Amino acid sequence: MTMKVRVRYFASLREALGSQEDAEIVAGTTVGTLRDALIGRGGRHAEVLARGRAVRCSLNQAMCGDETVIAEGAEVAFFPPVTGG
Amino acid sequence: MAVPRVAIQTADFDVAAEVAALRDGDGGVGAIVCFTGTVRDRDGAQTGISALELEHYPGMTEAAIERMIDEAQQRFDIRGARVVHRVGPLRPLDQIVLVVVTSAHRGQAFQACEFLMDYLKTQAPFWKKETTPEGAQWVDARVADDEALRRWGLTARNAG
Repeated sequence: MTMKVRVRYFASLREALGSQEDAEIVAGTTVGTLRDALIGRGGRHAEVLARGRAVRCSLNQAMCGDETVIAEGAEVAFFPPVTGG
Repeated sequence: MAVPRVAIQTADFDVAAEVAALRDGDGGVGAIVCFTGTVRDRDGAQTGISALELEHYPGMTEAAIERMIDEAQQRFDIRGARVVHRVGPLRPLDQIVLVVVTSAHRGQAFQACEFLMDYLKTQAPFWKKETTPEGAQWVDARVADDEALRRWGLTARNAG
């Protein structure tokens, strides 16, 4: 049983991967597992989302950690450390 | 009528007008603290920065700053707060961010203003890209900003 989530990218990740795409995940998938699945696509995904790179994430527009479980219809985002102010 | 607490905009802001709107005839206000951040033409060893592009996450950025102001109002005895942050193309000397806090006495307003800026630096989704003589590059987050937030008993793992 799979479900669809919206994945958004910002700043340098947006430049590499585009501003958004959809991903199919299974129930119980966490944000960290989704990141690994995206890395598994290879190419630029593997490069810019690579473990060891400073990538921050949010679920439904709130900062979150790798362990956060994704629900149906969620919006997940990956981006570099923030630099506002 | 109370002004919205958060504005994300491409347009410049007028500090005096923002202060007047936040005070709004409140006779209980005895202190107003404003912080204005401006665009520099240098950053550490980098000189000759000619432009800055600010990107944000529409919706999340506003919500994150609203939560920060809620947190400031719980921690400090303040009467009002407003944050204005510009996005889009900016140039050196431009104003980029404004935090205004009102309170009965100065101590709480000073502290709340600094708390809001420390929080915003590490938790609000904005990204800066600077144009230099060597080309355009994304600005790196600073560990010092994470450390600044730690003074308030909050842990940030933005840069580090």
